[in-house]
Amino acid sequence: MTKYIIKRLIEIIPVVLGIAFIIFAILDMIPGDPARLILGQTATAEAVEQLRDEMGLNDPFITRFASYVKDVIFHFDFGNSYKSGQPVFAVILKRFPVSFKLALCGMIGSCVFGIPLGILSAVKQNTRIDNIISILAMTIVAMPSFWVAMMLVLVFCLYLGWLPSTGHTTLKEFILPTITISLANGCSVLRITRSSMLDVIRMDYLKTAQAKGVPKRVIIWKHAFGNALLPVITTVGSIFGSLLGGALICETVFTMPGIGSLIISSIKSKDIPVVMGALIFLSACYSLVMLAVDLLYAVVDPRIKAKYSSK
Amino acid sequence: MDRTNEKRRGKLKEFWRRLRKNKSAIIGLILLCLIVFCALFAGVICNEDDAYRQDAHNRLQAPSSEHWFGTDMYGRDVFTRVMFGSRISLSIGISAALLSLLTGGTLGAVTAFYGGKVDDIIMRIMDMLMSIPATLMALCIVAALGGSAVNLFIAMSLSSLPEFCRLSRSAMLPIVGSDYVEAARAYGSRNGRIIFKEIMPNALGPIIVQTTQSVASKILTASSLSFLGMGVQAPQPEWGTMLSEARQYMRENPYLVLIPGLFIIITALSFNLFGDGLRDALDPKLKD
Repeated sequence: MTKYIIKRLIEIIPVVLGIAFIIFAILDMIPGDPARLILGQTATAEAVEQLRDEMGLNDPFITRFASYVKDVIFHFDFGNSYKSGQPVFAVILKRFPVSFKLALCGMIGSCVFGIPLGILSAVKQNTRIDNIISILAMTIVAMPSFWVAMMLVLVFCLYLGWLPSTGHTTLKEFILPTITISLANGCSVLRITRSSMLDVIRMDYLKTAQAKGVPKRVIIWKHAFGNALLPVITTVGSIFGSLLGGALICETVFTMPGIGSLIISSIKSKDIPVVMGALIFLSACYSLVMLAVDLLYAVVDPRIKAKYSSK
Repeated sequence: MDRTNEKRRGKLKEFWRRLRKNKSAIIGLILLCLIVFCALFAGVICNEDDAYRQDAHNRLQAPSSEHWFGTDMYGRDVFTRVMFGSRISLSIGISAALLSLLTGGTLGAVTAFYGGKVDDIIMRIMDMLMSIPATLMALCIVAALGGSAVNLFIAMSLSSLPEFCRLSRSAMLPIVGSDYVEAARAYGSRNGRIIFKEIMPNALGPIIVQTTQSVASKILTASSLSFLGMGVQAPQPEWGTMLSEARQYMRENPYLVLIPGLFIIITALSFNLFGDGLRDALDPKLKD
């Protein structure tokens, strides 16, 4: 088991490096001169040129990428923000708690919304309830999440005045962002729960349980859902993993200082080291969460555990 | 030759019969026709100048018989803007989905057909790309290229490449191993011919469904990016841009955010419904 985990952890390194390379290449095309950005419009051309030399901006692409990777690996240095001059990693770490809380709330909300409805629509397959749920899910999927957020603000903040529209400290301020995220992601949880439940629901062991007189609730939640759990875990995990890197839209509409709004403001102000660092952070988080998901498989399903141990 | 034509026509008839029976597909199709109608005849229904002409005296008018959807903060007619907005959204959505189908589909076919090292390398790269959400990827590409409708289209097709590549690969893998591909190989068809003539047409079902539904997600992403100020730029009547502009006026003028939002929903929903119906009609086995 430990050997398997170590092997997987080592496999994450080339993935993150590959991502870093792709992102580095894309961001390299962003127009504008970083040295000019740092020194401001009033700086002389010589000063800008000198800074470019110092920052290594005149080196070829591959050299710059290699030195970036070298700094990251040997000194854990993601460079400094062009705008504030602070180390990128510190900036990201400062923003992380808000995104983490939001991701956690969003994940729980998506499960609370998606799993029961998914099970219900699988159990009542092809009935009116199933149809209503699937139409509901389809309509929600068709709503852009920034619009949902705006509507929630309009109704609950501006008209009713029940909830605040900005802020990131109290639980109350997390309610609307959580609803926004849960609606958007809960639908994929719902869909995967339904189809995965439908796969197991006709199995013979459920009939056996029914014949033995096991209560229906126990059959659905324990026997059926327990066996339909794996795809649901994968989906929920991938939602959590990508939310850790910031909920772009949600953080922007509710002005929450998380990683998502950091990425957007940095892209707009061409603060490339911050964007770079945040995206590497995001892909590392995502890979780690997906590893955790695979390990969780072993906890849920003893057959998979046996397979890991034998490797 | 006549026989295959006849067979194909029979299949098409059968497909249409099944599609017609599917309520959601028909609703989707009707909504879709409505939106396409708006996009095609926007120039006939209203005057394009109205979408840009500012009128300081008629700012923020509520919907009336003269301005069906009211006017915005610059006094522009919202109905006209929404109509012309459908052109932008539809063309970006459809063209981006088609481009990702073409690139991702071909890439998927190549990986499925050649297998081995090629498959390993391409799929590894796709796995990497999957760890960055498509919206974020599109955002970076738009930042690099600059915000405009064309760049938005390029960014979104590139960002959904992994999704399409994976899907078409998994749809084509079983076909690659089938007897008729073996037969085509045996009588010496070139690889390109086998991929495009034998494998791709037979794996088309799930890919068509994916493309249809991908148009919906493309439209949503495009409007989100425009909303963030990273997509179609301001005077253009893109729905996301309109919503972003109207944000600070929404308390007194809720129609400014309601109407473009509803149009986004209807458009995305129509593609999703139609795609769902297509799936059922193309492959009745999938129904349960």
